[in-house]
Amino acid sequence: MEDTPVLALSGVSKAFGAVRAVRDVSLELYAGEVHALAGENGAGKSTLVKILSGVHRPDTGQILLDGAPVEFAGPADAQQAGVAVIYQEPTLFPDLSVTENIFMGRQPRARLGIDRRAMRASAAELFTRLGVQLDPDQPARGLSIADQQLVEIAKALSRQARVLIMDEPTAALSGKEVARLFGVAKALREQGCALLFISHRLEEMFELCQRVTTLRDGAFVASDMIADITPDDLVRRMVGRELDALFPKQETTAGEVALSVRRLTREGVFTDVSFEVRRGEIVALAGLVGAGRSEVARAVFGIDRWDAGSVEVDGKRLRPASPTAAMAAGLALVPEDRRQQGLVMDLSIERNIGLAGLAALHRGPLISRLAERQRAKDWAVRLQLKFARLTDPVNVLSGGNQQKVVLAKWLARKPSVIIVDEPTRGIDVGTKAEVHRLLSELAGTGVAVLMISSELPEVLGMADRVLVMHEGRLVAEIDRADATEESVMAAATGRTAA
Amino acid sequence: MTATATRPERITRNGGRRLVDLVARVRELGILAALAALFGVTGAVNPSFLTYGSLRDILLNTAIVAMLAVGQTLVVITRNVDLSVSSVVGLSAFGGALVLADNPGVPIPLVIAGCVALGAACGAVNGLLVGAAKVPALVATLGTLYAFRGIDYAVAGGRQVNAADMPDGFLSLGTRSVLGVPLLALVALAVLLVVGWMLRNLRSGRELYAIGSNPEAAVLAGIQVRRRIMAAFVANGALAGLAGVMWAARFGTVDATVATGKELDVIAAVVVGGVAIFGGSGTVYGAALGALLLASITSALAVLRVDALAQTAINGALLIAAIVLDRLLALRVAAALRRRRFHDDN
Amino acid sequence: MTTDRLRQSMTTDRLRQSVTTDLLRRWETLILALLVGVVVWASLGVDGFANGSNISFLLLDTTEIALMALTMTLVIVAAEIDLSVASTLGLSCAVLGWLWNAGLPIEAIMPICLLVGAVCGAFNGLLVTRLGLPSLAVTIGTFALFRGLAYVILGDQAVADLPPAYTGLATASVGPVPLMTVLVAVLAALAAVVLHATGLGRSIFALGSNEEAAYFSGIRVKRIKFWLFVASGVMASLASLVYTFRYASARADNGVGLELAVVAAVLLGGVSIFGGRGTLPGVLMAVLLLGVVRNALILADVANEVLNFVTGLLLVASVLAPNLGAIWRRRTSPQMEGKSP
Repeated sequence: MEDTPVLALSGVSKAFGAVRAVRDVSLELYAGEVHALAGENGAGKSTLVKILSGVHRPDTGQILLDGAPVEFAGPADAQQAGVAVIYQEPTLFPDLSVTENIFMGRQPRARLGIDRRAMRASAAELFTRLGVQLDPDQPARGLSIADQQLVEIAKALSRQARVLIMDEPTAALSGKEVARLFGVAKALREQGCALLFISHRLEEMFELCQRVTTLRDGAFVASDMIADITPDDLVRRMVGRELDALFPKQETTAGEVALSVRRLTREGVFTDVSFEVRRGEIVALAGLVGAGRSEVARAVFGIDRWDAGSVEVDGKRLRPASPTAAMAAGLALVPEDRRQQGLVMDLSIERNIGLAGLAALHRGPLISRLAERQRAKDWAVRLQLKFARLTDPVNVLSGGNQQKVVLAKWLARKPSVIIVDEPTRGIDVGTKAEVHRLLSELAGTGVAVLMISSELPEVLGMADRVLVMHEGRLVAEIDRADATEESVMAAATGRTAA
Repeated sequence: MTATATRPERITRNGGRRLVDLVARVRELGILAALAALFGVTGAVNPSFLTYGSLRDILLNTAIVAMLAVGQTLVVITRNVDLSVSSVVGLSAFGGALVLADNPGVPIPLVIAGCVALGAACGAVNGLLVGAAKVPALVATLGTLYAFRGIDYAVAGGRQVNAADMPDGFLSLGTRSVLGVPLLALVALAVLLVVGWMLRNLRSGRELYAIGSNPEAAVLAGIQVRRRIMAAFVANGALAGLAGVMWAARFGTVDATVATGKELDVIAAVVVGGVAIFGGSGTVYGAALGALLLASITSALAVLRVDALAQTAINGALLIAAIVLDRLLALRVAAALRRRRFHDDN
Repeated sequence: MTTDRLRQSMTTDRLRQSVTTDLLRRWETLILALLVGVVVWASLGVDGFANGSNISFLLLDTTEIALMALTMTLVIVAAEIDLSVASTLGLSCAVLGWLWNAGLPIEAIMPICLLVGAVCGAFNGLLVTRLGLPSLAVTIGTFALFRGLAYVILGDQAVADLPPAYTGLATASVGPVPLMTVLVAVLAALAAVVLHATGLGRSIFALGSNEEAAYFSGIRVKRIKFWLFVASGVMASLASLVYTFRYASARADNGVGLELAVVAAVLLGGVSIFGGRGTLPGVLMAVLLLGVVRNALILADVANEVLNFVTGLLLVASVLAPNLGAIWRRRTSPQMEGKSP
């Protein structure tokens, strides 16, 4: 553009051991502009953010501040230079007040110690400037994620940040919270901040940003003005190939009801949720993040207790709050958070695969290592798992292969109902298609599949029926024939009457 | 929709704040109520419990544990623990007494300073193990608990220092009163007020809370986490060193077993006083109140002629009761917040 | 991630992983080497070490620590800790002495003692699993509570007139091997099989490494943890029986400070204080190592209290050594630095 960028990367590369996380990337952030960073998971966005924020140092290339090369030895240097990062899940001090969170380490000082009154007043002033209502004395514990992000933004403002990097800030926000965040972001833009915005939602980029830089597999693809491109262009840049083969949906006929959820309620989380999934069916549970979809899945599987309602699997009523009972009834859950809930990262591939079915591996009182290995080997082959040794810990695998291990763990139990929560989050396109094919095949063999997904193309491409949740309630049920991006989004944002 | 959205949120917030405040106050009010009940009942059964001499003894007994509880609070706030304090007290008490006994001419302030320095050095060992070498505090200080005590035994070699061996000027520190209040209690009170003020009004004090509340965020906020944790251990060690001299002055008879097992009283006082065992919250005033409660119970037991051997069990029971109570309150608050959010949304 | 990058990342990660597994392997090798070294040193340098009766005594003397270390290993692998074991032992001793004074037959008292241990363990287990309290805080509390109850029950008296049939049994030998060592060996084999060759063992490792993922896999996390604490309590009371009969004395302060030796042995044996990692053979070797060191130092006329110094030092060293190793490795290979897990 016309003037020098506030912050720029020029030809930056960074490798971790033999892995080249980013290669030769250039990026220019201008004052008064929101810049989008696009790319699939694993494209190198996080590494780039960490370079900009001083966590990592580039191997080659330069960071330019107002056109002059700088070196960030650590996050402190970047902060000094006016760069602030808002993470998806802010890291606040839950025991301390909002005010203290904002000024920690930089509290205004009076003659003796901290000037509390001045500090509180500055915090109140910051919130006024942001146009939000937050109580400066309230402890950070109990704040919603959206409010926590606002505290982080206030913190950045108090540091006179000129560059604000927002790393997937909207992933966990509801519709109205996103709107409020965008209001704040636009106000900052007007005040002359340079913003870098990372999101998986194309529509958000097109709403908020002026410029977009796309990364693929760590490499720089293009930098465009948003006005010059279409969403389809952007997807093509991110993916690098057409998406046709992604959703190999087989036609199946629905059998008898396998999973029946009746008036399920967990107070404060979801209310009066009823639905059925039949054998051979893939039913998608759509909705915005925070609508309560994963929470329903957790309750159905017995992770959380429900307060009212019932769950039946193959006509048998489940005991509440017991994953063991749910599993015995034929239920399986591939959870949302693969690394934290799906896998024991330090354990080997074979032990992870065996974990959900230890009873089946016993020969008398002892585990048969042979059976354990055989089970792992069978499923590794069937799911085309790429691995070196079955005794390797799963943390050496890529995201896609880790997801295959989770799937193997559950499929080895031969479930009659499988719930998959964001089954393709953070895995590469090739594996994505494999996972979709697998789900389709499973349905073909008479398994009932309940799929939670935030990716509309996945929902529309895979599901026989789409259930939509909005703010803890099931608001729509849409047949495959009638399901379009518009109809699902309308329901998910609460624009249709339930 | 957006217009109505902010109002219920504010209600939730204020409600949440009130609940959190309430929990914090419940603890200190609870201790005061327990103290009142204890003094009332014991005084009614045996009025001698409320005499000047008895109250003076309680204050003297509280002074040393309260000082240690103040130091321990510094460490616990950062999400660590120092089990080795009792051994540091023992080492300092014996070291100080030995120097005084063998060199009667040494100036007393020098001995006190030396003991504080000795304690600080022990604290530095713990601080280095925990802060620099990343050994979990529990393991590190359990190890040094025995290591410091071992040094104590090795130095003592079975020897005992008696009151007769020490200068009167030193021993009078343990018995002297100012305006009717024992000097040791005043020293402890001064330490309490100074540390309490520092924790509330200095950046470094707030940073200790920040570290315990969220260590990763503390790093991101540019706090020198390692240095602060080491400082907390050193300060705690120094206070334990001071407590050691006070012990020697108060009791006069010192051997290598001094203060064995006291770490439990200290941790019980801290936890009963409302300092969260997993860091980030609690005050030194609460910890000192906890120490006062425990010391009062001990005295009351003696007055009521309950076997003194029950003291250990009572400490343990109080400690467990305190953490159970905290947990139940926290669960209550969380459930109430969840329900409230739900009702506001509808 | 392309297959190219995947392969690259796998080679580095495997490199890293082989370093850690080698370290683990080396850790147990190291303990074994240390054990052999100390035995050789003691045999040559310490009078009265290398003879049959001393070796028997040495083995016998590690009985209680070994017994409690078995269940402590399971508890720590499950990412919990039980600091109350020595106090449970004391309480069980006190109950034994009290009931014996009250005239109950010893055959009736022994099961009651085991029951006391089970109740102590269940109390810990309930507080940890039902209320979700940290086991560290809970067992520091019960450490005081149980010992305090022991004093309340038995005061400071010592009950010494125990039946010779049992005191004899506790010190009896099968050939050169103490009977109690046979007991330890049998229970150790049992514990090793449970930990390393059953579904329960697999579950313990899994929940110690990632409790949430274990729960999502249908493992009954709370139930397993509860029973581990019960097992720990029962084992402590079993150790109390051995202790009482071996010394022919039931006192409330029996076994004060043993929890340190037990935890030290478990950590020295290569069990991670953070759970999910460790082996029973490693722990058994560490128990022996500590036993040999103590024995040799006692023979060399070192005071009992100074022995605690050595144990404390070994405890710190066992955690310090791998940490310093890791720090050193990070310094020397800076390209690993950014690779956060």
